[in-house]
This record gives sequence, structure tokens and C-alpha cells, in this order.
Amino acid sequence: MCNCSCGSEEKKNALLPQVGIITDIRRETPDVKTFRIVRPDGTKLFEHMPGQCAMLCVPGVGEALFSITSSPTNKEYQEFSIKECGTLTNYLHNMSVGDEILVRGPYGNHFPVETVLKGQDLLFIAGGIGLAPLRSVINYVLDNRDNYGTVDIVYGSRSKDDLVQLKEIQEVWAKAKDVNVHLTIDREQEGWDGHVGFVPNYVKELNMSVDKTALICGPPIMIKFVLQGLQELGYEKTQVYTTLELRMKCGIGKCGRCNIGDKYVCKDGPVFRCDEIDELPNEY
Amino acid sequence: MQEKLVSRAKELLSDGTVVRVLGWRKGDTDFSAEPAFFESAESLDEFTYDGFCGANLSKYMIKASKEEGKTLVFLKPCDTYSFNQLIKEHRVDREKTYIVGVGCDGKLDIEKIREAGCKGITAVTEDGDTIKVATVYGDKELKREDVILERCKACKGGKHVAYDELAEGCDEEKPAKEGRFELVEKLEAMAPEERFAFWQNELSRCIRCNACRNVCPACSCIKCVFDNDRYDTAQKANTTTFEEQMFHIIRAFHVAGRCTDCGECSRVCPQHIPLHLLNRKFIKDIDEFYGEYQAGEDTDSRAPLTNFTQEDVEPSIVKERG
Amino acid sequence: MYQISREKMPELLAAVAKEMDLFLPVQNNGITNFGFWTEDAKVDLDTLKTVKSPKDAFFPQSEVLYSCYQKANKTSIEPAALKDAPFAIFGVRPCDVRAFDVLDRVFLSEPADVYYAARREHGIVVSLACHEPEDSCFCKTFGIDAAEPQADVAMWQVADGYAWEAKTEKGEKLTELVKEYLTEQDLAKEVEAEKEAIRTLIDKMPNSNLSLEGWGVGKTKERFDDPKWKELSDACLGCGTCTFSCPTCQCYDIKDFNTGNGVQRYRCWDSCMYSDFTMMAAGNNRTTQMQRFRQRFMHKLVYFPDNNDGMYSCVGCGRCVEKCPQSLNIVKVIKRMGGTK
Repeated sequence: MCNCSCGSEEKKNALLPQVGIITDIRRETPDVKTFRIVRPDGTKLFEHMPGQCAMLCVPGVGEALFSITSSPTNKEYQEFSIKECGTLTNYLHNMSVGDEILVRGPYGNHFPVETVLKGQDLLFIAGGIGLAPLRSVINYVLDNRDNYGTVDIVYGSRSKDDLVQLKEIQEVWAKAKDVNVHLTIDREQEGWDGHVGFVPNYVKELNMSVDKTALICGPPIMIKFVLQGLQELGYEKTQVYTTLELRMKCGIGKCGRCNIGDKYVCKDGPVFRCDEIDELPNEY
Repeated sequence: MQEKLVSRAKELLSDGTVVRVLGWRKGDTDFSAEPAFFESAESLDEFTYDGFCGANLSKYMIKASKEEGKTLVFLKPCDTYSFNQLIKEHRVDREKTYIVGVGCDGKLDIEKIREAGCKGITAVTEDGDTIKVATVYGDKELKREDVILERCKACKGGKHVAYDELAEGCDEEKPAKEGRFELVEKLEAMAPEERFAFWQNELSRCIRCNACRNVCPACSCIKCVFDNDRYDTAQKANTTTFEEQMFHIIRAFHVAGRCTDCGECSRVCPQHIPLHLLNRKFIKDIDEFYGEYQAGEDTDSRAPLTNFTQEDVEPSIVKERG
Repeated sequence: MYQISREKMPELLAAVAKEMDLFLPVQNNGITNFGFWTEDAKVDLDTLKTVKSPKDAFFPQSEVLYSCYQKANKTSIEPAALKDAPFAIFGVRPCDVRAFDVLDRVFLSEPADVYYAARREHGIVVSLACHEPEDSCFCKTFGIDAAEPQADVAMWQVADGYAWEAKTEKGEKLTELVKEYLTEQDLAKEVEAEKEAIRTLIDKMPNSNLSLEGWGVGKTKERFDDPKWKELSDACLGCGTCTFSCPTCQCYDIKDFNTGNGVQRYRCWDSCMYSDFTMMAAGNNRTTQMQRFRQRFMHKLVYFPDNNDGMYSCVGCGRCVEKCPQSLNIVKVIKRMGGTK
């Protein structure tokens, strides 16, 4: 049966995209833009869970997997925050509102928001564009506020201009009930009176209590040091979730590209508990 | 001879002349020797040099030249041409290479042995010009000449054009074989339509495995244009029959004047496409237009295609010859 | 059981080809590959190993997934037509038949690949027991019986022709179609003798009984950091010969082909041996040939069994053993690591 919400009995062709239309583009930082995409008739592309990804494709240019940054609680559209770093993302950054794009998905697993994370105090730790997948969880949690405990968000970037979703962070998240936002940038900068320093160090300085569940996303090197820091604070690996990113083509665990050990990152991931990652061969 | 090569390699390793040896390791059968690096005396016990050591080791010296210390490499006469050409193109480091020239009576082609009707082979032994093949279906004797690699049929002769020392059993005087261009002449004699059909049929079997390119000592680009995702050239499959021809013809053009005719391309092609004939056509043309030239014969002469002289043929020659 | 004589075989094949596409071993300039039957095709049922495996029948080297057109800023997508008529694959060897099961595990697991599934649904496999096994064969290592092909129709070479036995409903339908070329005959004895002969020969092949100790489910930790990987992969050229001749390698790439008035999105075989296989804008997680080489064999001998109830994704067809330009292959990998230590 079709695995989207259309209810069709016909087998779904998982490699076939649907047409999407860009309805909004926001510049977040010098190299990150957030794209809002819906179906040409204005309805939502598909339903997803926080942490899941989708393939965006510009015919003749390329196709790549991006995490969905909007929350499933948003009933109108999906958003993708995309950093300019290759041929396709370069092209995407030059697209305009009203342009069409091909989308397929959603793919992969998701953060266990309806199971393990329920009732927990949550600690989100993100670096740079790594906020994109976590933003989906954060907004999901805030929209279902009573289901979760306290929320701490530690977010850092190279400079204040590189902080993604700054407006939403300051105007929505920082004002929400039982939410503490801790921002940091790598180096001193004029006009910044907040914390300065790398994310892993800041996490240790904040001396977070060990009864939280942590969700980390960012560059691999940051994830590595944050994890070390959390362990120094007394966290177990089973309390920490993160995401992996490898080259993907099909999104459904068949093309072989994102295979490490017995896992396919596109299908079995991108979300892994840190003790699960330890079981994988060291090739990510 | 093998024992002498091993003991010489051990000597050069232990006196510190070299830190590694590039040769061939015994396979799990008589006919599956593989190119290998050896870094210790004990590991050299697995060294072999026999009729199935056809692989040209010179290209591995690109990798070895980037490592610390000197590498001892065993080169057959024809392999030394490839090595020289790599020196000329600044791809390998002569200072980091110690060449021991080894003799060669023509290397064997296991596929030709199979084509000669040998199935279920359990052992192959060389007895001079006789090749004895034991199989579960019975034993067979074959003539070496009938089962040597295609390239050995046009042997360049026994001379090593680069070496530090020669192993016992080298015959530097062994003459080159005649008839290297016979098949090219046959192709030239064909009508254009017939020739086109010939190549179309041969190239239609190409599976784009890139073995010909990856083994070719002249294909030493760090990033091949056919791997570069930024251009439309990077296609892993042939989307049209035109493309499979493009790949091989562009490659032949790119190695023209640099190809030493080592024949590795045809040796490794899983589909037995006679790729060396494309290269030989270029070599024959170069010989005819610019005077005889053998790439890799030396390390410092200017190659005809990279050297302008007043006597060079005009491009119109293509039209004149038809 | 039925019998078909060698003389009658071309007529039978022509009759099948009249009704449906027929994919079978065809010789071109002395080289045998699977290809479509044509009137002047040189059909070759004697060669044991085609260079490429028959996996093209279900998973072609290159196929269009959909075409995409843009007109006046509107994008339209036209999916490629799925196979919707029966077709036959003739002369498939038992190892290659098992390879279809391996491919099924990948392509038919949820979400199923509709292109593959459609071909699989309509494909009729006629297999042929291995009359003369070769030294590169090691199917027995993976529990495959070269004497007992598992397909829609099984054939054995007997006296002056072949024994023919339908094994499935699809096979019976095909048998019905070509009945006029078959003669009903009691061949039990002959077939039994052929099977016995095949099994005896297989046992004489040097790699028929490789030890798989040290491989299989749960061996990642034990094998992954084995120092032997380096020496085994040192000479690897990073070409795709092993991958493209392999009946079970299923990695693919998805690429665009600009036709001038639209874009065809096609997929084509890819190789984990290629340097750009895992390359992405942010970097590459396998930068050395040793890592890529290790991935190929770990996948076949450890990761795949991990995910598929212990099933190996090597069927011992021996193509890579015969075709690797530098004589590196899975048999050497199995022997030098794991069991033989």
C-alpha cells in the first residue's frame, strides 16, 4: 500500500519524486537559506517526524538528502535550512520564490519524541547548520509542551552572523516556558555580549545535571568533543542521541552508498543513540 | 631464478639500500600471482616470479614514490619503457627507485589457456616452450607461443631501457618480434563502414569498469575527466553507444605519443576488447609522420607530439590520406 | 520430465522469442554475455561463465527511472514504463539463480523497488545445471548445489540434448508454450547420473569447500581492523571489474542525462571500489583503496549476512576470480583471513 497519506492501494514508487513549489526563502546567514516548500496546489508535501530527511532534486543539476527543519506540528508546509557547499546547494541558493523543485521522502528514522523522550528533561546541543534537524524536534516539543520536562538549548556558531534561526531562537524559544537558551560564538565579535567559546567547552561550563537526555547535531568533530564533555559530566552514551551524515543516492537503503557495518544511514539512521554508533565500524 | 631474486631482494633490504620490495606474491593457484609490496625478509618467502607475472609494476611506483625510502622494483624489459615514460612525465621518483631488471620469455594468458579448452585447471607448469596443464578433466600440453599474452606477440625485445642491475637470465640481445602493426594494417585496409562496424561491435561489449584506464601507466592523472562530477563527462554507464566509443577514443588520444604499447589495457579488459589496437594505430601514424619513435625508450628526448618542427606534417594530411 | 534435443533447441528458442523477450547467453567475437535473442544471435549454452552475470535481466546496468520536462515554469514528471509482459531468461546457472534471491533481499524489501519488482514478477527463469564446472567455481562453499538448479524450469545436459523439468507455475506455462519441441520421457536415471557426475566434479574443484570461519553474522569487530586488509588490497586498481561482473553487487548511482528537451533521470551500476563512491560536498568517509576494498568484502561476507539471516551475498560464481586484472579476489580474502588462520 502507498505509504503516504493518499490512501491509495497502488504500490508507491519510492524513487519517484513529486513536484514542490518554493513559497518562501529566508536568508539565515551569509551561506544558509531556509526554503519553504509545498505542493503546487498549496497543500503539504507529506507528513514526517522530527529528524527525518527528504531528497530535493533540481533536474539536470543534482539531488541530495536534506533534513527537514520544520516541525511535524506545522500543518502547512515543510522547511529546509540549506548551507551552500556544492553544485546543487549553490543552485538552490540562486532559486526564487515560485520556482519548482522535485521532492521525495520522507526518509529515515526520527528522534524518539513519542517514546523515550516523553517526560524527559531535554538538552539540545547544536553547532552551525546542525541546528536544522534539532529545530524540528524543538518546535515539536514546544508545541506539545506538557509532554516533556525542561528544555535547555546550547547553540553555537563561528560568529553571530552564522547563527541560524536567530530570530526564532530569541523571540520564540527564549520566551517559552521552562526553556533556557545558551548561545555562544567561537570568537569575540563587536556587538556580541553573549558567551564566547566553542560549544563543547560551553557544555562543560554549564555543568548540566546528568538527568537529561541530550540530542546533539553539528560537525563530526564537535559531536565527538561534546560527547566527551558530556561523559565527563557523568552522562551515559545511552542518554545521548545524534545524527550521522553520509553520501546518499536512493534514500531507501538500496544503493549502498551510506552503508556502514550492518546499517544504512538513510534508512536505519540518520538518528542514532551514541552507544549504537560505537557498534559500527569506525568509518563515518 | 626465483630463489636468486628473493635472496637479492633480502640482501638489498637488509643492507638498507631499499625499505620495500615491489614484486609479485604467489597466488592460491599456480596462475594467480598478484602484484605486491614486501617489507620484510620473511614476507619475501611468498615472492614469486613465473609465467603469470604479466602485470606491469611500473605504475605502482607512483604510489611507492610518495612513501618514505627507496623501493626495489622488479621490471621486465617492456615494463622499463613504461617506467621511463613515467620519469619523463615526473610521475615517479628515480631517486626512490632501485630497479632490478628481470628476464622474460613471454608471459602466459590464463584466459587463452582456458580458451584452448582447459577447464577445471588444478596446476600449470612451465617446461621451456611447453606449458603443461593439469585439469580435473585430464591433462593437456600447450605451446607457450599459443597462450602468451597478446602484447608478447609483439615483444619489444629483451632490452631493459632502465635498470640499476640485471638479474641472471636476462637476454638483452633478444630481438623484437616482427609484425607489430599487422592487425592495424588490416584495419586500415578496411572500408570506413567496415572499420566502424568492427569497432562498434568490439566496443559494444564495454562495461565501463575502467580497468583499462586504471591499469594504464600513461593514465596517471590525479583526477580523470571521466571521474569529474563537475562536468557531464562523468558518466558511469554509457547512456548511448556513442559514449562508449567516446571514452575509449578520448583515452587513446590522451595517451597518444606517451603510450609505450605495454598492452596492459588489453590484458585486463574483462570483455577482451583489443584496445591496444587503437593505441597502435596512433603509434604507427606517429612513426610515419614524424619518424620512428618509441615512447619510454629514454627519459629526456622531446616527443613528436609535444615538439614543433618545420617538417611537421600539416593537419591536412588527414584529408589527403582519407 | 521432458527431453529436448540439441538440434531442436534453436527452434524452441525461436518459438519462445516469438512470444516474449528472450534473454540468454550469446557469443560475440568469442566472448559470451547475456543478450537478447535475435535471428542471427550465436546462442551459446555451453560456456559456463558469461562475462557479465544475468543480473541485467532484472537490474540493468543502466535504466531510466523517469523523465522530467519543464514548460513555462511548470515541471512534469513521466515515470518510465514498468515491465508488464512476461519474458524469459534462459541458461541461468544455479549460482546465478541464487544471486537473484540475494538481489530480492535488497530490492524487494520495503519499500520495494518497483522497477525491479515488475521485472521479477514477469521474468521466467530457465536454469541449466553445470555440466562442466570450472576451477574458479566455489558455489558449494555457500551451500549451492550446481546439480540442482532452483528456478521456474530446470535443465540438465543429457545424452544428445537436455532434460527439462518445470518447477513452478510460471515454468509450467512456459512448458505448455513450447510443448511441441519437447518429448515426454523418463529421464530420471540419466538426470540422476548427471547430478552425481556434477557433484563429484564440484568436489574436485580447489575452492569448493572453503572454510567460512571468521566470517558471517556478528564478525564486524573481529574482521574490520584485521591488518591483512592492507596487503590484500595493495595492488587493487580501484576498477569496477569485480563489481560489474558480480551477480550480486547491487550498488547504484542515480544521474541525470540532459536530452535537450528534458532530463532523463537514470540509475546505473556503481562500484564501491570507485574513489568517488562516497564522496560528498562535506568530505569522503573512505579515502583509501584499502577502505573501499574492505567495504566490498565486509559487505558480502559480514554486513549482508548480519541483515539477512546469515545469507552471504557471494554465490561463488568465480567471475571475479577469473577476471580481476591483478588476481585479487574474494577467495583470497576468505582464505587469508578468517578460517585459515
